[in-house]
Amino acid sequence: MSLPSNDMMAAIAATRFGLGARPGEIDAARDDPRGFLSAQIRAEGADQPQGGEDSAQRLAQVSDYQMQKRDAKAMGEAKSAPVKDLQKDLREQAGADFLARARLGATTDAAFRERWALFWANHFTVSATSLAVGSVAGPFEQEAIRPHVFGRFEDLLVASSTHPAMLLYLDQAQSVGPDSRASQYQRKTGKKAAGLNENLAREILELHTVGVDAGYRQADVTEFARAMTGFSVGRPKDANPHRFLFRDNAHEPGARTVMGRRYPQEGQDQALAVMRDLAASPHTARHLATKLAVHFVSDTPPPALVDRLQKTYLDSGGRLDEVARALVAAPEAWDPVAAKFKTPYEFAISTWRAIDAQPSGIDKLAPVLTGLGQKPFSAPSPKGWADEAQVWCAPDALIKRLRFSEGFAAVVADRLDPSLLAQTALGARLTPPVAKAVARAETRREAMALLLMSPEFQRR
Amino acid sequence: MTAQVSRRSLLLQAAGLGVSVSFLGGSAFAAADGLMAKRKLVVVICRGGMDGLTVSPPIGDPDYATLRGAVAVTPDQALKLDETFGLHPALESVHALALKGQARIAPAIASPDRARSHFEAQDVLETGAAQVYGVNTGWLNRTLEVMGPSKVEGLSVGATAPLILRGKVQAASWSPGKGVDETARLPTLLQDLYKADPLMGPAFARGLETEAMAQAAMTALNPTPVPVSADTTAMNASGMAPQVATPPAMAPTAMTPTAMTQDAQAIAGQRQGREAARKLGATLAGFMVQEGGPRIAAVSLDGWDTHAGQVGQLNTRLSYLDAVLDGLNTGLGDEWRNTVVVAATEFGRTARVNGTGGTDHGTGSTALVLGGGLRKGGLIGDWPTLRPEALFENRDVRPTLDMRGLFKGVLADHMGVDRAALETKVFPDSADAKPVTGLV
Repeated sequence: MSLPSNDMMAAIAATRFGLGARPGEIDAARDDPRGFLSAQIRAEGADQPQGGEDSAQRLAQVSDYQMQKRDAKAMGEAKSAPVKDLQKDLREQAGADFLARARLGATTDAAFRERWALFWANHFTVSATSLAVGSVAGPFEQEAIRPHVFGRFEDLLVASSTHPAMLLYLDQAQSVGPDSRASQYQRKTGKKAAGLNENLAREILELHTVGVDAGYRQADVTEFARAMTGFSVGRPKDANPHRFLFRDNAHEPGARTVMGRRYPQEGQDQALAVMRDLAASPHTARHLATKLAVHFVSDTPPPALVDRLQKTYLDSGGRLDEVARALVAAPEAWDPVAAKFKTPYEFAISTWRAIDAQPSGIDKLAPVLTGLGQKPFSAPSPKGWADEAQVWCAPDALIKRLRFSEGFAAVVADRLDPSLLAQTALGARLTPPVAKAVARAETRREAMALLLMSPEFQRR
Repeated sequence: MTAQVSRRSLLLQAAGLGVSVSFLGGSAFAAADGLMAKRKLVVVICRGGMDGLTVSPPIGDPDYATLRGAVAVTPDQALKLDETFGLHPALESVHALALKGQARIAPAIASPDRARSHFEAQDVLETGAAQVYGVNTGWLNRTLEVMGPSKVEGLSVGATAPLILRGKVQAASWSPGKGVDETARLPTLLQDLYKADPLMGPAFARGLETEAMAQAAMTALNPTPVPVSADTTAMNASGMAPQVATPPAMAPTAMTPTAMTQDAQAIAGQRQGREAARKLGATLAGFMVQEGGPRIAAVSLDGWDTHAGQVGQLNTRLSYLDAVLDGLNTGLGDEWRNTVVVAATEFGRTARVNGTGGTDHGTGSTALVLGGGLRKGGLIGDWPTLRPEALFENRDVRPTLDMRGLFKGVLADHMGVDRAALETKVFPDSADAKPVTGLV
């Protein structure tokens, strides 16, 4: 497979692998487009957005809020002003988390690194289904995902599966082994016994690791769920408040069998051993390789590319930096045809990058994303946001993108040169019809909106 | 004016709740002969695994109360249907229809999928395939193909396109928001640029067409004429959007409130109310009663995955579902007699309550079938009971009816879809799933 020209590869590096070109980015990639990308791979993981509180602090605030709310209710009061303020603070903090991430995306010089991190954050989706989970969705990404995206997949999996955000989101924190000491005690004292919840165990198998076609059965899900009992979050009076806590007395005793393997370990080692085997499975390698190829290259990726990524994953023992290098090296990833259609988030971030700016407030970002179907921190399910063009390129969505582009252009176009902008944003990917349409537009605003709505800019 | 604005806010609120509505329909059908040309179908997809044992609790089944414990619907809460079944108390409109013979339940229905994975099961439900892999078009889209692709209009309301509508026929989509003037210069220039793009070209063209239809649907809800000024858009013309004269400022620097910001406030300000849901149903009806409007529609409702604390969650969701159906019923008016509505989910939930006041992924669930032209009758499909030996894999409601059989029956008898095409194109490999007959 022959590679396109360096000019074309530089444009692809910035738009397909990155988050859309900032002025000068394509020039910077021109000498060595692959080197430009592989230099962004680094052992310490992804960049961190400007941070707020960590997840334990946030959960303490949530717990504080819930207690005050309960107290107010017990006193027969409606929500008092201080209680409402607490709730408002928590919501605003989540908004600030999202804004900080978007600003990082809009301004970073290492946009491939950022896209790589976003991919894994979406792979291990936590969605704001409650105030608590929404409050730690941002910290989750910073604590569990970003440090590990160029390390071993197993570490990423364990970090995600032991983080309070995931444990709360998928109900693991409250799962109790039916024959655990906690259950026996509850039965003896006549209390209502808590029990098993298989939600996280199932989604780890189906979404995070081996995938739904790996041949596991209901019994494997249940066994894995039993192994995971005890993975929980510390309550305020526990030794480890608002952080990961293994509750030994909630753990189901005994050996477990998951996908044909027996796990005799005791305590938390049991589920960790299952996760280690899941991470090493060829099914996981295939599942992740396919998902990466779909995300970076095409909704129907070349099988050779998937094979290559899968082999690298298995040969390297699940090292994600090696997989990233293999992706950059793969000739199939450099097809000049831009098969991917930007998601709303990618589209929005790339508009700010194109003009070398960043969103000034969450109110500039959240409404447009919500309108386009990608509300911040609110993926519709644990599967995360869809990656396929057919999902996002709906008729109504295009109309809304046009509205956004017109509004964006109305504010910024008058101080820009649209033809120059088309060059710096798309480089060799700019086609003559679009260049001509931009040059012939009646106004700068019209030219800018045409550029943003052009197939070249909407695709990557 | 105020009333109209609030209606729009309610719609926006609905859109923000993970609700999307999708239409497909045909203008040319109006020209077709006979009664069939007026027939309409709405499919409501309840995503997340809706618990059939809460939707239509089998209060007369001797094992129900024991299996369900604290999450059981009690006999005095349930709205009674017969000796065995009731409806959840939130489904009051559905119950009123059932008393008139215009709503029935299929209490042990499932797709052919048995993996208990949301995503796989939703794919199977929406593709109509016997298994998950190999098909990537939706069965409603293939229905249109069979009924005549050149005759159909398609429209989806919602920000993303659902699989059930994806396929060869370009389905349009619409969701509440500010419109675009299709005769303006920019859309025309863009259509030119999209000529060579197989995805964006047809999608954009359909999006522009839909703007006019959306205006008509809104006007149908409230026919009071509102003057149209030169710089307003389709949506403004019906008074739905108060914000057009100034350009929206979703921009890097400006801080003025924008159209979409106001929308977001509307979403945040009002949580899931029955009123919003009823308006959503009524707006959908507004599209469908138009001359040449869509005859086939799909609505998605999210939020049915109740692993923990399910009593409260399902109260809210079922109340919402009931209101959407009520809005459809009242909005369709005389056309209700020509309409069948099916509400279905990808799988049911475990027969036993789990350890966290919820239920886990199961198999058989309940589908609701509604319509003014339904024939009276009892259950659709058999009730396998909840006896221990009757449970599927000692865990779930055993399915006695294949979902595809219900859909096939509705498409054949109600919509007049050719039976051979039904078996070969719309639901291939479904010979085992006999069409349910005698529904209309």
